[in-house]
Amino acid sequence: MPPDVEPSGAVNAAADVEPAVDVEAIAEQVFTALADPTRRAILAVLASAGPATATDLAVRLPITRQAIAKHLALLAEAGLVTAQPAERRRVRYRLCSAPMRVAQQFLAALARDWDSPLDALKEHLDRGA
Amino acid sequence: MGFPDRIERTVELAHPPAAVWAALTTAEGLAAWFGNEATIDLRPGGAARMRWTQEGFAAEMRIERVEEPSVFGFTWPVYGLPDGDPRRTYVEFTLEPTGAGTRLTVTETGFAQLPEDIYRKAFDGNTEGWAKELGELAGYLDAA
Repeated sequence: MPPDVEPSGAVNAAADVEPAVDVEAIAEQVFTALADPTRRAILAVLASAGPATATDLAVRLPITRQAIAKHLALLAEAGLVTAQPAERRRVRYRLCSAPMRVAQQFLAALARDWDSPLDALKEHLDRGA
Repeated sequence: MGFPDRIERTVELAHPPAAVWAALTTAEGLAAWFGNEATIDLRPGGAARMRWTQEGFAAEMRIERVEEPSVFGFTWPVYGLPDGDPRRTYVEFTLEPTGAGTRLTVTETGFAQLPEDIYRKAFDGNTEGWAKELGELAGYLDAA
């Protein structure tokens, strides 16, 4: 097995760098965030339109600026958005793609269908026999 | 176990390993049951490409293990991750003779790999990303 894709090796190598990080926890934070319609809307705007302040988001979404600020703080705490200083002492938030890609891997494992191809292999071999 | 890193299936096939091997490792075989079109350079380090015409989807594989007629392994991209993401899963087919047939096991591992940039600090201020790249593009175009 090639060492660069050996999963336990990859995770162990990563653990040497930062033992606190684990894929399960990261994926859970992403799915928890996505389960809430307001946070889902905030992430959707950041994904489609780029970094934004709480005020920018309040213009685009039918939610108060205070509620948006509260959700942004939660999302930043979870590492799903990062806060950057913006003009006039504001804070601009941008989406962090890395946790999303961890969640994507989880979905990829669920979406991988080996059962249908293996059924097709059986049929292919039987047809040729 | 929550995050699935490994998928494994075993099927009993009523055909000898040589027939199964041909179905797994030739372009004709792969195109007949797996995808719709296939090319394969069957050697470790060789490339294979599969296309699913109805889905409009293609996958580039890198052949890793070729041990006829018992082990065939390749890596391919994780579905849904952006092009160029270094993470790939490893697929391995193991063929064991069983009387007149073959016990075929397929494992796919590596779904729980961590992306390198997950280790970036959240507030390191060094994550300009697209804004930076767009700035570089503008600079490149200005210079041209």
